[in-house]
Order: sequence, then structure tokens, then C-alpha cells
Amino acid sequence: MSTKHSKAAEKFQENKELAGWHDQTLWMMRAKRDKISREVPEWEQLRDMASAIKMYSNSHLDLLLQEFEKNAQANGAHVYWAKDADEYCSIIYNILHGHNVHRFIKSKSMLAEECGLNEYLIQKGIDVVESDLGERILQLMHKKPSHIVVPAIHIKKEEIGELFVKEMGTEPGNNDQTYLTHAARKNLRHKFIEAEAAMTGANFAVASTGEFVVCTNEGNADMGTSQPKLQIAAFGLEKIVPDREALGVFTRLLARSGTGQPITTYTSHYRKPRKGGELHIIIVDNGRSNILADQEHVKTLNCLRCGACMNTCPVYRRSGGYSYTYFIPGPIGINLGMLKAPLHYYDNVSACSLCYSCQNVCPAKVDLADQIYRWRQKLDGLGVASSSKRLMSGGMKVLMEHPSLFNLALARASWVNSFPRSLVYNGLNDWGKEHEMPQFAKESFNEMWKKGKVK
Amino acid sequence: MKVGLFIPCYINAVYPQVGVASFKLLKSLGVDVDYPLDQTCCGQPMANAGFEEESVELAKRFDRLFEQYDYIVGPSASCVVFVRDHYGQLLAKEPHRCASEGKIYDICEFIHDVVKPTSLQASFPHKVSIQNSCHGVRLMHLSSPSELNIPYYNKLRDLLSLVKDIEVVEPERPDECCGFGGMFAVEEHAVSGQMGRDKVKRHMDTGAEYIVGADGSCLMHQNGIIAREKLPIKTIHIVEVLAAGL
Repeated sequence: MSTKHSKAAEKFQENKELAGWHDQTLWMMRAKRDKISREVPEWEQLRDMASAIKMYSNSHLDLLLQEFEKNAQANGAHVYWAKDADEYCSIIYNILHGHNVHRFIKSKSMLAEECGLNEYLIQKGIDVVESDLGERILQLMHKKPSHIVVPAIHIKKEEIGELFVKEMGTEPGNNDQTYLTHAARKNLRHKFIEAEAAMTGANFAVASTGEFVVCTNEGNADMGTSQPKLQIAAFGLEKIVPDREALGVFTRLLARSGTGQPITTYTSHYRKPRKGGELHIIIVDNGRSNILADQEHVKTLNCLRCGACMNTCPVYRRSGGYSYTYFIPGPIGINLGMLKAPLHYYDNVSACSLCYSCQNVCPAKVDLADQIYRWRQKLDGLGVASSSKRLMSGGMKVLMEHPSLFNLALARASWVNSFPRSLVYNGLNDWGKEHEMPQFAKESFNEMWKKGKVK
Repeated sequence: MKVGLFIPCYINAVYPQVGVASFKLLKSLGVDVDYPLDQTCCGQPMANAGFEEESVELAKRFDRLFEQYDYIVGPSASCVVFVRDHYGQLLAKEPHRCASEGKIYDICEFIHDVVKPTSLQASFPHKVSIQNSCHGVRLMHLSSPSELNIPYYNKLRDLLSLVKDIEVVEPERPDECCGFGGMFAVEEHAVSGQMGRDKVKRHMDTGAEYIVGADGSCLMHQNGIIAREKLPIKTIHIVEVLAAGL
């Protein structure tokens, strides 16, 4: 009984020191979130409002997105609609190609990861530079994010030190964070100056004003968009919010939930192209509108991508982002992967103890654990249910539907207690790898009751 | 007020003394309690593993078995809340409405919210650390979940405070999952085992002699860890503490 996730998790747990550190570090973010959320007396009402606003905006997308388009165009932006990843990539390439751009700087965007933008552009000969530090490190290492907010959280500073010696000529053995950060900063400054176009994602798009909002801590997104005349932004269509009042609800929740900060260091509102420049905005569907029609999973569109569900997930913290087969890990990733391609990503569905903590931390009240439970019910119909779990469930069904069989099993069960260890604790007993077996009682409660021993 | 005692399968098989303590405790509180014969399982293990269909017959059987009672009370928050939250849907095709979902209580919830005793006879001169179980906390609301910005409460602590000579503490990360999760503990054994070891360690860090909880399955999992690692702490179901001396 194993999945791709459980195998990868077992491997992750082999390095106990790193695994323990990963758990502690992510838990610290959860603890910071708890602390700061308690400084906001109306926190739970805010979550209710966020959920209600998302349910409203996701059920009025047609109106809100067109309102956004109209207002953004009035502000002087070009607006595009991409139905899928291919369209998204080619729209961006065409803009870049049309402006003869070879050096392109971008800030972190999970949508770009989702659509494989970097690979696409690099193949077409464009030099793409990630400007957020975590993403930059990963890009230089040719690795993928392991978390949606702190993408390089799994990498230790020693590895970064080694990488920077090679890439930026830093002193070998000097792994001081401040020193390395300065080196990265110096290195990136040149990239900013050389860039001919800059791109960001967006955390929110405001229908009533046609502006979009980018929340970051490093300010590198702003650095990128401040130099070249050509600016591109792209967002998934569920990022729309009706107006600035609604936006305020989300900006109060986002950083508090994700990193435990009152607000991200930079909350940048982009509305118009710079003087003499151009602003291109791409609204992307890529499967999102299909989710709208799915009653059981529609609330995944509430997601703000804050990462709180990962930070709290006891399984994510102890298995790491790479143990999941979808590019977004943790509770929201389990669900988004299933919505994207269930036959590809069903391995992640078992990576959950159904503790429900994710539902409680989610600022927009995505019913993450309920959805995982529902996906589990669908695996058999998809033909990908675990055969050993089916066997166990089927066996239990027979046993439990027949009290006489159940009672007989109970009467015999205590025999198991006296089996030789080698028979009980073998490679087939996954429970026995971590635990001793429970000891069956000599007399079950059913039997005690019948004998009048319960008084 | 007629109460039908619900004894989940693993308590029946592994912890019958928890069933006995439940019966004695309810009786001592003046509750008219009976045990409908030949109970088996509520169906949660199969449903959580993705085979809800396998639980439908069990739900029907359960619903019939407890038809005549005003309340169903069981010493396992997780099993109880499964009946409460899922039976309605499992029995949706039946000609009658599910009778169990509205009248089933975890025994702590029942004593705390319905019986409301102001004192207990029990004495338990030990330091205990509360196992706030996920389903007890987040689905049954036995205590305030650590994630929510709501005033602290804990029904288990309230009940334990009626026990004489006891010292009650809660671990750091007071309601982090212990890693049981039914078949999760087998399928994801590496993560589950680590969650269990971490949980037991946090209970031990409080200096408690016992881990006490309302969900025997969490205790069974942690007990397996304790036995494997030979750790100096024990587990005990909360009803055994509340019924101490009966």
C-alpha cells in the first residue's frame, strides 16, 4: 500500500535532521500567523467576508472581468484573454517578439509555473531572469518551487553559498546570509538595468478601477517594472475582486495568513502604462471556468495562494513540497491537481490525515479537507483506487455487516497477540514499521455484555 | 431519556474497558443507559479510505439498531462525528430520514452539554496531558481550535477539572494531528509515524504521566509508538479517568 507521495515522503523522512528542520520552520510561519491573526478582533468575520466576496465574484466573473477590461483599456492598458497555457505563452511571446525583446525579467508567478512560461520563452531564445530571490536561486539550480510563497524553503544556506560561488563569484565557504543577499542583489541590479521588458503576476485585479495589485516582500517586482518601458502582467481569472473595499478585506488577510506579517512589505497597485511605455494585461482561464461548474470543488477558486494550508499541514511539513506530484503541494495542491488531471495527480489524495486544520487556517474558507474526502470517494470510479485499500475496505464490510463473524473474529483476535514477532513484524506490515501492534482484549465488549460482566 | 451506548469496533476489540467505564460513568450520573447488542463498526474507516459505498449497509444497520433511543452516546469523537456528518448523505436513498445523525453524541460532549454534572466522585492523582483530537476539536467542537480567533474553551478540560487530585496540562501545538487517520497510518506510515513520535514527545515535554483523550484511535496509534520506542508515558481514555473508582 503506497503511492508516489508516500514513497517520496519516506525518502524525505530518511534525513531526520532536515525533515525536522522543515517541520519547525514551516510551523514557525503557522505560529506567526496565529499570533498576528489574534491581533485582529474581527478576524473570523474577515474570513467570512473574504469567502462571501469570492463566492460573489466567482459567480459574477462575466460581469466583473468585462468591467475590468473596460476600465483597464480606459487606463491605457492592452488586455488579452488566454483560454489555456498555450495561448498564455504565445500571447506573451508575441508581445516580446513584437518589441524585439531578448532580455526579460520577471517576478514570481505561480501562473507562469502552471503554464510553463519560462521553458517556452527560453526555447524561443529569450533570456528569462527570475528576480525574486527564492525563485532566482531555484532558476540557477534548475529546480522547481517546493512551496508557493517561500519557494526555496527546502534549500539550506550552505547549498546557496556553493551555488553563488559558481554563479556570482562569491568567496567559497562564506555562507553568511547578509553577504549572500548582497551578492544576489548586486548580480540582479545588472539584470534589471539590462532588461527590455518586465513581467509580474497579480495577487488581485480590481474590476471597478482596472488596476491590479502585486504583493511582495523584496520589492524586486517593482524594481523590474520600474526600468523597462514594456510591462506585462498576467493573472488567473479568479483573481478578480469587485472593488477596492473588497480588496481591503483580502490585503488584510493575505500576508497575515501566509507569513504572519501585517502586510507584505510592498503592496503595489498598477493602473496605467508608464509615460511613453506600454502595459499589457493577460487574463487567463486555463481550466478555471470548468471548476466554476463543479459544485463540489468550486471553492478552490476562492484560494488566495497565501500558503497557510501548507504551513499548517502536518503532512506537508513532514514530507516536503517535492513529495507531491502536482507543482502546487499541500492541501490546495492536492485539490488543484485533481481538478487539472485526476489520472495524473491522484497519488496526492492519500497525503492527508483528514485533520481539517487547513480548512481552519484558510483565509477564504476553501473546504480543503472536505474536498479531499470527496476526491477519495471518486478514485474507484476513476479506476485508480488502491487495490489493497479496496481489499481492506471490502473485507471490513463483510466482517462488520455480519455481527456473528465480527464476534467470532473478536474471540479469535487475542491469539494474534501471542504470534511470534517475525510473523507480525515483517515487510508487509506497514503499521509495524512505526508501531507495536495493539493488543486485542481477551474478551470483547460484546462478549462481556452478553455474559453480564458490564454493570 | 433513554440512551443507547455506542461502542466502536476497535474499542470493542482492543479497549473493552473503555466501554465498561462509559457504561458505569453514565449510570453513575443517573442516565438510563442500555447497550443494543451486536454492534460492529460505523463505517468510517472504509469511507475515509474512499469507499463510502461499503459503509451504506452499516449505516442502515446502525440506524435501525439505535432506533428506539433518545440519544446515542459513544466514547469516540471521531466515530460519532462520522455518523453525525455523513450518515444523512449515506442514507439519502432510504425511504426515511436518518434518525441517528441528530441524536448522537460523543460521551464527553453528552456529559458536558446534556447531563451537566457539577461534581464527580472520581479521583486521579496524576498529571495528564490532553490529546485534543482533530475530529473532536475541528468537527465536533470539543475545544477551541488553535487556528481560530475565538475565546478558549475545552470541554475535556472542564470535565477533568471535576476530578479530584488531578493536574491537567496541554502540549505545545495543542491540537496538531497525531498522525493516525485510519488507513493513512498504514499508507503514509513514514509521515504518520513521525507525526506520532512528535506528538508523544510534546506530551512528554509537559511532564505528564498520561496522555488522556476522547478518541481511542489517536491513543491506540500513540500507544503503538510508545511501546515501540519504550517511552515513559502512558495513554488513557478520558472516560477511564472520569469513571475512576466506580
